[in-house]
Amino acid sequence: MSEDNSFVRKEMISERIPPAAERGLVKWVRENLFSSAFNTIMTFISLWVIYSIIVAVTPWFLNGVWDAKTVRECYDLLDGKSGACFAVLKERFPQLIYGFKYPSSEYWRPNLATVLLLIALAPILFRRLPRQLLIFSAIYPFLAFWLIWGGSILTSVSAFLGCALAIICYRRFSSGSFAIAVLVGLIAANVWWIIGGYIVDLNKSFLALEVVPSRDMGGFMLNLLLGTIAVCLSIPLGIALALGRQSGMPIIKWICVVFIEFIRGVPLITLLFVANVILAFFFPPDTSLDLILRVLIMMTFFNAAYIAEVVRGGLAALSKGQYEAADSIGLDYTQSMRFIILPQALKISIPGIVNVSVGMLKDTTLVSIISMFDLVGMIRGPILSSTDWNGVYWELFGAAAAIFFVVCFSVSKYSQWLERQLETDKR
Amino acid sequence: MNTSELARRDKFQFSMLLNDKRYRSYTFQFFALFILICAMAYLGKNLLENLAAAGLNISYSFLGEPAGYDINQRLIEYNSQSTHLRASIVGVLNTLLVAFLGCIAATFFGVTAGILRLSNNWIVAKLMMIYVEIFRNVPVLIWILIIHSVFLAFLPQPKAFRGENPEATMLWDAFAFTGRGFYIPKPLFNDGSFIVIVTFILSIIGIFAFRYYARQKLYSEGKLLETRWTSVGIFFIPTLIIYFALGSPIGLEYPELKGFNFKGGIHARGSLISLWFALSIYTGAFIAEVVRAGIQSVDKGQSEAAGALGMRPNFIMNLVILPQALRVIVPPLISFYLNITKNSSLALAVGYMDITGTLGGITLNQTGRAIEAVLLLMLFYLVISLSISAIMNVYNRSIMLKER
Repeated sequence: MSEDNSFVRKEMISERIPPAAERGLVKWVRENLFSSAFNTIMTFISLWVIYSIIVAVTPWFLNGVWDAKTVRECYDLLDGKSGACFAVLKERFPQLIYGFKYPSSEYWRPNLATVLLLIALAPILFRRLPRQLLIFSAIYPFLAFWLIWGGSILTSVSAFLGCALAIICYRRFSSGSFAIAVLVGLIAANVWWIIGGYIVDLNKSFLALEVVPSRDMGGFMLNLLLGTIAVCLSIPLGIALALGRQSGMPIIKWICVVFIEFIRGVPLITLLFVANVILAFFFPPDTSLDLILRVLIMMTFFNAAYIAEVVRGGLAALSKGQYEAADSIGLDYTQSMRFIILPQALKISIPGIVNVSVGMLKDTTLVSIISMFDLVGMIRGPILSSTDWNGVYWELFGAAAAIFFVVCFSVSKYSQWLERQLETDKR
Repeated sequence: MNTSELARRDKFQFSMLLNDKRYRSYTFQFFALFILICAMAYLGKNLLENLAAAGLNISYSFLGEPAGYDINQRLIEYNSQSTHLRASIVGVLNTLLVAFLGCIAATFFGVTAGILRLSNNWIVAKLMMIYVEIFRNVPVLIWILIIHSVFLAFLPQPKAFRGENPEATMLWDAFAFTGRGFYIPKPLFNDGSFIVIVTFILSIIGIFAFRYYARQKLYSEGKLLETRWTSVGIFFIPTLIIYFALGSPIGLEYPELKGFNFKGGIHARGSLISLWFALSIYTGAFIAEVVRAGIQSVDKGQSEAAGALGMRPNFIMNLVILPQALRVIVPPLISFYLNITKNSSLALAVGYMDITGTLGGITLNQTGRAIEAVLLLMLFYLVISLSISAIMNVYNRSIMLKER
């Protein structure tokens, strides 16, 4: 056979690069910004919006005055140029964060409490962290109370020991009936608190910090304080309400339904009115609950009603087989709830609970309407009405919005992350 | 085990109240009720004692007394000699007004932003994401205050409209946007306008009847009737004919600059406008998320299947995607409408006189009738919420997935 003459290519031609319009940045721009006439128009409109915002904001931001005593001094320094007067933030920073009455020598206490709060929350938020850290989370509320309100540490220690005693008693009896164990725990704690009250009274100066009354709290600290406490207290209450609403006992069910629907049907501001002007009528004449406590009660109720609805959604999402399986292996109500139903239902409802809680933190600004001096209340009241800073709206409200944005945005990002995390667990 | 033993076990014993599942729930409920009654009695006793100590009583007679304060934004006649009851009604109407306007605008913002977030235009989608995140994560009260000060700062005062070369001009000589509020033309109803309105309502009913007829025709005979232009025709033609035949009975009263201020027309105060705008743009961000989730919840296979059947894109959207997406969108949408109504109570912050501002604000402070006023206030919001959620339940049942 002679040589093979047929034309057969022996090696592949190297790939040609795609046409310029089909690769790299050009392709991306064509597909994402100018794919149709309508898209092109939208792109130009968006670019114009972005441009006009940048043009308006940049000089205002860059020309910002950081050092001035009053708003007039600020305008003098700006000399007619467009510019922000950030000096107000610098001068009034402590007021914005701590309120105007919190003693300035004690600012380290809320600061420390906030840092410790993050540490205490870490093991709850991230399940990878060692479980032993939860012990600190359990101690934290008592520690934070001592740090923020001051007084002798014995009060906090006594309260903590009471709770610890309750848990120990509960553990001891929990092999029997759940109800009896809880009852014993409650009695033990109350007995301890009565005894502890006398012990605390004996030595009021032991490791004592300067006492700061509730009405001196203010600024963003007050928002965080109200938000955190209301959320923490409302989660157990909300779960209890949800279980009550699901229960087969008509009287308990209707108590829960009426409570939930009533609270969800009225705006928070009316509940705050109740806290402000009415709630005091319902307590014995000689007691005087301070306003923060009354507001906290109403906020806890408010948040609990919403959390109850979220948890109810989680309970309803479980298949009936889970309830039947728990019954069929002979678990009683508390056991099946604790070991089978709630762990699954709560897992489904965590993102919802986080969303509701972010909403609660945002709603703490409403207390400014009943003349409490939270972040917004400080801005609207003492700062804007002072002659020094009259008329500096943008910088103050912008700063308040930025603070809330940072906190709420990171919490909602966390909730999205958690949602993805839980989804991978399911597979 | 003989029968007598069984019978004895079934006989009621007191220990069964705790140990037998059949009776235990009665024990629990009895205790719950007992504790509830005790708590109520305790609170009621305290209330009565406190009221007696303060020399107060529960009485609604204050509603009949003259209010003595002015309300500048009102839908019905009111002056400072009117009763507190009338002031409250003005407040109720103002609440409903801002809630109604807010729902419409929030739906507009939300649907626009939700659809644009799914746009294949990268920059538009990102802009909308920024809008949604910024507005969702900052308290509505701060937005209301910011937007209120934006309106005050950027819109011209009425005096800017004066003179030969005014700094600001009216839009089409009919709309004036000032820092004191918006001035818009006011319709004047002369003789015969009633007939025009009735014709208009009848023609809207006619459109629905025609569409129903067209659908019946389609289902029974397979004939596709032209509906779009016929509907437009029914909407405009009869009303316009009657309107001109009766000699234009409905006129417009334009706002005019008189001295330092505008006269005539409808004056929507700055507080109403900023509250309306803030509530709707804030809630719009939430609605955008719901709309996006609703559209994304429809499986891609649905639109592909519809396309495989040869449906055109607008049919796919109207007949396949939207009905399924709406099932996801509508229930949260309605609860956001409810939220707007409840959030409108923040009107207090900008001085808009809604029910919280009149009954829960000035009336409460003037008369000192805190318990009565707050109870009435809560009752009003409860009635609104419960009636809306009743409607929602009916709707939910009607669109519930019917599995066969």
